[in-house]
Amino acid sequence: METRPDVIATDDLQIGFVTRAGEQAAIVDGVSLALRHGVSLGLAGESGCGKSTLLLALMGHAKAGLSVTRGACRFEGRSLFEMPEAELDGLRGKRIAMVPQNAGQALTPTLRIGAQIDEVLRFHTDLGPAERHERVLDLIDRVQLPTPAELARRYPHELLGGQQQRIAVAMAVAVDPVLLLLDEPTTGLDVTTQLRILELLRDLADQSGTAMVCVSHDIGVIARLCDEVAVMYAGRIVETGRADDVLVRPRHPYARGLLASIPRLKTGAVPEPIAGRPPTMGRMPQGCRFALRCDHVRDLCRAEVPPLRPLAGGAVACHFAEKLGPWQRPHDLAATALAATDHQPVLWVEDIAITYARPGLFDRFGMAGAKPARAVDGVSFTLEHGEVLGLVGESGSGKSTILRGIAGLWPLDQGAIALADGSDLARSVDERPRDVLRRVQLVFQNPDASLNPRRTIREILARPLAIYHGLTGQEAAPRMAALMADVRLGEDYLDRLPSQLSGGEKQRVAIARAFAAEPEIILCDEVTSALDVSVQASILNLLADLCASRGVACIMVSHDLAVVRAVARRIAVLYRGRLCEIGPSAEVALAPRHPYTRALVGAVLEPEPGQAIESGAVIVEDAGGGPGGCSFRGRCPRAIPLCAKTVPDLVALDPAHAVRCHRAGEALA
Amino acid sequence: MVRLIIQRILSSAITLALLTVFVFFAVELLPGDTCTAYLGRDAKGDRLEICRENMGLNDPALKRFATWASGALVGDFGVSPYRNKPVSEIVGWRMRNTIVLALSASLFGIPLAIFFGIIAGIRRDKPVDMVLSSTSILAMTVPEFVSATLLILVFSISLGWTSGVVTAPADAPIGVLLGSTILPTVALALVFAAHILRMVRSSVIDVMESEYVAMARLKGLPFRWILLRHVLPNSLLPAINVIGLTVAWLLGGVVVIESVFNFPGLGRLSVDAVADRDLPLTQCIVLILATGYIVTNLLTDLASLLLNPRLRTFRG
Repeated sequence: METRPDVIATDDLQIGFVTRAGEQAAIVDGVSLALRHGVSLGLAGESGCGKSTLLLALMGHAKAGLSVTRGACRFEGRSLFEMPEAELDGLRGKRIAMVPQNAGQALTPTLRIGAQIDEVLRFHTDLGPAERHERVLDLIDRVQLPTPAELARRYPHELLGGQQQRIAVAMAVAVDPVLLLLDEPTTGLDVTTQLRILELLRDLADQSGTAMVCVSHDIGVIARLCDEVAVMYAGRIVETGRADDVLVRPRHPYARGLLASIPRLKTGAVPEPIAGRPPTMGRMPQGCRFALRCDHVRDLCRAEVPPLRPLAGGAVACHFAEKLGPWQRPHDLAATALAATDHQPVLWVEDIAITYARPGLFDRFGMAGAKPARAVDGVSFTLEHGEVLGLVGESGSGKSTILRGIAGLWPLDQGAIALADGSDLARSVDERPRDVLRRVQLVFQNPDASLNPRRTIREILARPLAIYHGLTGQEAAPRMAALMADVRLGEDYLDRLPSQLSGGEKQRVAIARAFAAEPEIILCDEVTSALDVSVQASILNLLADLCASRGVACIMVSHDLAVVRAVARRIAVLYRGRLCEIGPSAEVALAPRHPYTRALVGAVLEPEPGQAIESGAVIVEDAGGGPGGCSFRGRCPRAIPLCAKTVPDLVALDPAHAVRCHRAGEALA
Repeated sequence: MVRLIIQRILSSAITLALLTVFVFFAVELLPGDTCTAYLGRDAKGDRLEICRENMGLNDPALKRFATWASGALVGDFGVSPYRNKPVSEIVGWRMRNTIVLALSASLFGIPLAIFFGIIAGIRRDKPVDMVLSSTSILAMTVPEFVSATLLILVFSISLGWTSGVVTAPADAPIGVLLGSTILPTVALALVFAAHILRMVRSSVIDVMESEYVAMARLKGLPFRWILLRHVLPNSLLPAINVIGLTVAWLLGGVVVIESVFNFPGLGRLSVDAVADRDLPLTQCIVLILATGYIVTNLLTDLASLLLNPRLRTFRG
């Protein structure tokens, strides 16, 4: 047995700030953890639980305004916060390295990629300039980027998001650190890119025996990457243990709630939300911090803080952990029956094409180069009465563009969009009659941007009621009350401003505003992607209920296949502006027929460890291949010469399921 | 990149050409002409006719424009009837003096402002920053004729270190002139340095809070390295425009400062030219000022291109 000290350990660490009233408010409150060499730990929890602050503390860093108020953080036995700055600089980047959340923001825009990697070597190794240059190229190669010599000369903005993240990884592993800190390392990346980055990190860590601490709101990422898990809630660790234990048999009620709120691709059940919201910083309840939201709460929970105590190989901070009974895994529950539809189409989309182009002054005089590629190209589908249709695809696939086209916010190059009674939707939003406007409503991704910050909720809801239904003043009041009840907000919210609401509550208001018009069709553009999973679960529930009870059809755009699977009856998959597969959601999610859908499905990270990587999930980066032919062929593992010649048609395998692939008829290997 | 630069230079040239047309025909639209302005109450009968004949004013406007513009291209702006000298001769020396003053004020004030702006930015809300920030607000609010007069009072009259006002003529050798540009330089720098300092300070604060600077610190790089390589280039970007405008403003000649110090620069000449209704001289000065603005704007754009790689590949 080796007796090396833990690579990193915290002892009753408390990090906080002093409020204006002069009170102490702790963001991280009494966290003790220890990590052995070569082990990876995932910190799970929702936004505001203190996981990022804790992660920075492991590097001896506290954000401006925060300070360590109690306890210690030790790297290989040396206390980080008592170390002189120069000594700390010697550890950072060399022994402890960080992969930031958003590499696009974390790379200095005015410095070339090569120079930014070189800096780490310059200050943490004795290598000469020539050796360093060679090492830089070697590192770029190690993170599996092509043409290192050329990439090293580029500036950060000349790289794609996934490439920037790889550069951040290269910078972090430049001098073989013993501890790698990952702050949401793949958030904001496409699922297939995310999977490749996670595999890369796993490989690099395994090769050199690096310990890792990974913060992520996505339990799927932690399940894929980490040996151990610590679940945080309101600044404290509520449960910790082996990943294949905690994520499969959670004991703490919060950990259980968190896991139940994650949509899962395999089951497709609408996830269960956690009631209530986390306590506010500086106004923590006296006893258990989860007591206010816990179904099993008793008097003891409100009076006494439960200590983190060992239980069955892990540790749990719950007074009644043993008495809660076995956890029922979400996929053991029956999948929610999705509303049956009567197959009456309410929306026809026929062969539409949309181009984004912003001609500049010189372009107008014919100096422009090649015509820009189409964002949407020849897309046709129908939407049936009362159904939810999911539109999925990577960024740039054109999924949001289709919504903009239907909403009349962007002109069509070709094609037609019509409502059931033949009303033309191909016209722009300014030219549509008021009644047509009423029937199609849009809910945006970010309610902070879509709700006017200077209007109260009452004023926000009053607009559609007055415009579409002529209801004003007292006439509108009962409708407003009903709408608030529909989205499960109290009537006291009516006089608040959006800034006084949480992210989930704001999105509820945005949904209420859309339903105030009594539309036939709701267009949802990534409506949950800015929200925590437990809040996302409640919004998904709300949307599914409202659409089902009112017979409203919904197009749900999301990058997250599992989210779409939870609520959609059918799923349409887009690649580079073209539909490549459309069919019943269970079939698309469980038995995809298009190679691209297979890759997407295989790259979805379920929140359970030990998943095998599906064959065909890790697809290569686009090798291109010129115009003409199937747009996916550059990444397709099944491409044949025919794919380069002709664009495959969207062929119906059965009345409900169609695929755009020359080899769709063949059995999948 | 090359295409971008050519585009910028081309559009500057087009602006300049349009401007020439505008300056000429704006004067053309004024009631009266050079001769009526020059002769004043005597502008009638034969004298007016002879004057117009001498000045070539009887030609059609387009022809006169062609003559004037082609002359302007080679530095010939005609003759000032009021001063009875070629315009280029009157303007030439004054322009040299203004450039000397503008250059010395820029070379003294801009680096100083950037330096203190950075110090204030990285020591935000510390005593150093408070002193610098409040001094710069003071310098911004005190009018230049007050600060200039105070400077003369202290350094010239009380201490006797340097001459207070310029006594040399406009065509004095540079060496003679330089000795008496010290106080005007300082007075000018006081006015514009405050703006640049505050601009640099706030952009340094923004950059210091950026994720990439946090990342650079977490890479364990020394602070001075981070400052030079990561903070400085990025925080100068927003300041470039302010610096460009300042230089353009200086090149136009600052009337108040020139008046207080009796400095023979363009600023006072332009006021005099307008007051005297000396039209050829006014046209020439307006053209010079505008060219100064266009050129400094062009240089500002090119400097931004140089410092900011994102602009270079903006359109692929």
